[in-house]
Amino acid sequence: MEPTSSPAFNPRIEARQRASALWATLLLLATLVGIVVLVFLLVDLVIKGGGRLTGHFFTNYMSFDPDRAGIKSALVGSLWLMLLTTLIAVPVGVGAAVWLEEYASRGRLMRLVQLNIANLAGVPSVIYGILGLTFFVRFLALDRSLLAGALTMALLILPVIVIATQEALRSVPKGLRESAYALGATRWQVIRSHLLPVAAPGILTGVILAVSRAVGETAPLIVIGGFVFIAFTPGSLLDPFTALPLQIFNWTGMPQASFRELAAAAILVLMVLLLAMNGAAIVLRNRFERNRPR
Amino acid sequence: MTPDEPLLPNDPLGPDDGPAHLEPGESLLDGDRLPEGRETSRGPGPLSAAGRASALVSPPSMYGPDLSQNIFRSPKERAIGYLLGACAIATIFTTVGIAAVLVWESVKFFAEVSPWQFLTDTAWTAQIDGEHWGIWPLLSGTLLITAIAGVVALPLGLAAAVYMAQYAPDRVRKWLKPSLELLAGVPTIVFGFFALTTVTPLLQTIIPGLQVYNALSAGLVVGLMVLPMVASLSEDALRAVPRALSEGAYALGATKIEVIGRVLVPAALSGIMASFILALSRAVGETMIVVVAAGSQPKLTLDPTSSVQTMTAYIAQVTQGDAPQGTPEFQSLFAVGLALFLLTLGLNVLANTIIRKYKEAY
Repeated sequence: MEPTSSPAFNPRIEARQRASALWATLLLLATLVGIVVLVFLLVDLVIKGGGRLTGHFFTNYMSFDPDRAGIKSALVGSLWLMLLTTLIAVPVGVGAAVWLEEYASRGRLMRLVQLNIANLAGVPSVIYGILGLTFFVRFLALDRSLLAGALTMALLILPVIVIATQEALRSVPKGLRESAYALGATRWQVIRSHLLPVAAPGILTGVILAVSRAVGETAPLIVIGGFVFIAFTPGSLLDPFTALPLQIFNWTGMPQASFRELAAAAILVLMVLLLAMNGAAIVLRNRFERNRPR
Repeated sequence: MTPDEPLLPNDPLGPDDGPAHLEPGESLLDGDRLPEGRETSRGPGPLSAAGRASALVSPPSMYGPDLSQNIFRSPKERAIGYLLGACAIATIFTTVGIAAVLVWESVKFFAEVSPWQFLTDTAWTAQIDGEHWGIWPLLSGTLLITAIAGVVALPLGLAAAVYMAQYAPDRVRKWLKPSLELLAGVPTIVFGFFALTTVTPLLQTIIPGLQVYNALSAGLVVGLMVLPMVASLSEDALRAVPRALSEGAYALGATKIEVIGRVLVPAALSGIMASFILALSRAVGETMIVVVAAGSQPKLTLDPTSSVQTMTAYIAQVTQGDAPQGTPEFQSLFAVGLALFLLTLGLNVLANTIIRKYKEAY
């Protein structure tokens, strides 16, 4: 018997293959949009602000004369903010993650904390600013100080650190825990000498990414009322401060083109800082994935 | 804090698990109690004569007394457990703090302005005459920006996710993914600067008469900001679909795009939807781009070329200004904040529910 093919069966293979190839190109183009925009943005910034990156741009304070204005107080303020935020958020965040992964029973309290952290991660940063304004600035009377800013930022990045640390702890092989327990180590000994060292690169990656978010964050600082015209670097935790994003925001809002150039230059400084941090995080992650015990 | 039992749930050396468990009545433990709070690396401590005798009688005791009880319940271990628990509780206090501040201060606002007016009035003139307190202009501004952002971010993000999960060779993916992460790491104030000084002038050459501050430019850039989030979360969802499904479709003669469109994307739909909603929630909460590029006029409009004010931008504007504490204008920032908080919380809960409820189990 001859093989028969129904006249209704028409697979149109070639047309469908052409459509498929067309889609592949379209998807590639769509993917490249984001990358092209990123490159465009960076080049645009260099063109606009590159000329303003002189030595005294880093050593001068804010000024109404665009040719004499610098970012010294903003840069120093940002670095202080970064340091303090890290010191506050990392112990609490890592502690919470260790508790969730190693101590908590799978009970109601743990589910509540876990759900709560997931939701906190989605709260807009401007809301953290409202909390900081009401609680730290007003209620604790810290005023618009470095400490109030750092505490607000620490709350903002806390969920990110907790989630990253949890993931790092989960990737530690169970055998490592169990063999340590088998040798008689206590819970804290296991955590301190086994889990934390092995999970450290993963935790560190998460911390760097979280802190770099805090460094670029502007809205909470605006809401708690960070200053812009500060002609000194903070000497104590309770001193008023300014930060790079605030300075950029201020300059962006000015109508004169020269201030926009200053804003672009300050953005370049901020971006280099963030790129360095992100680069470090990527290197750490690659090393982590290579050297992870299995 | 919970009592001790939940604190040490899977305790491998827990008092009830070990074969060396002693009954509470036995006297052995008393003589050998370790100094409290001191850690030890020794094995079983020296046994008393009675201990040796009992070891002969009941086989489990041949390992010696259960010292783990002393070590695991030592004050130091307990203190560390409570301290770490306190860290976890601190995260709950953050939420409680946010909710308390927003509700408490909003109550003061609603004592002056009726909630009915807040929800139904179609004008917001807080900073002009303080007579109209309707959330709608701010809400419509927020939704307009979010809609424009969604039009940009959702298709492009999904396309990038499909490309990275299905097409990109390893070496392309190796730099594509970090680049998108880099885009996600750009601070929003930088995007705001970009929207105001680059995108708006560009749009003005296409649309003559476009205002300097407009929803279109801000919305487009917000879309670019949340694009990496859609791409990354959707890619995870696509990768979670088992190979057998797509291979089955290929075996039936489907082309690549048919497999993606009819098998992979539908199978990963819950994850993709969740990524869409989370991205929209981010767009709703975005502040700096709209503050810089969308203007500050609360206007009930759906015209993308006009200037609008979002809820977040209003909050930033009030706190920047000199509104004295206690005035309705100042208190209104908490009411708007509460509305914003509830909106984003609702979206996030919705996304999590979709993930949990409609997750296909393979």
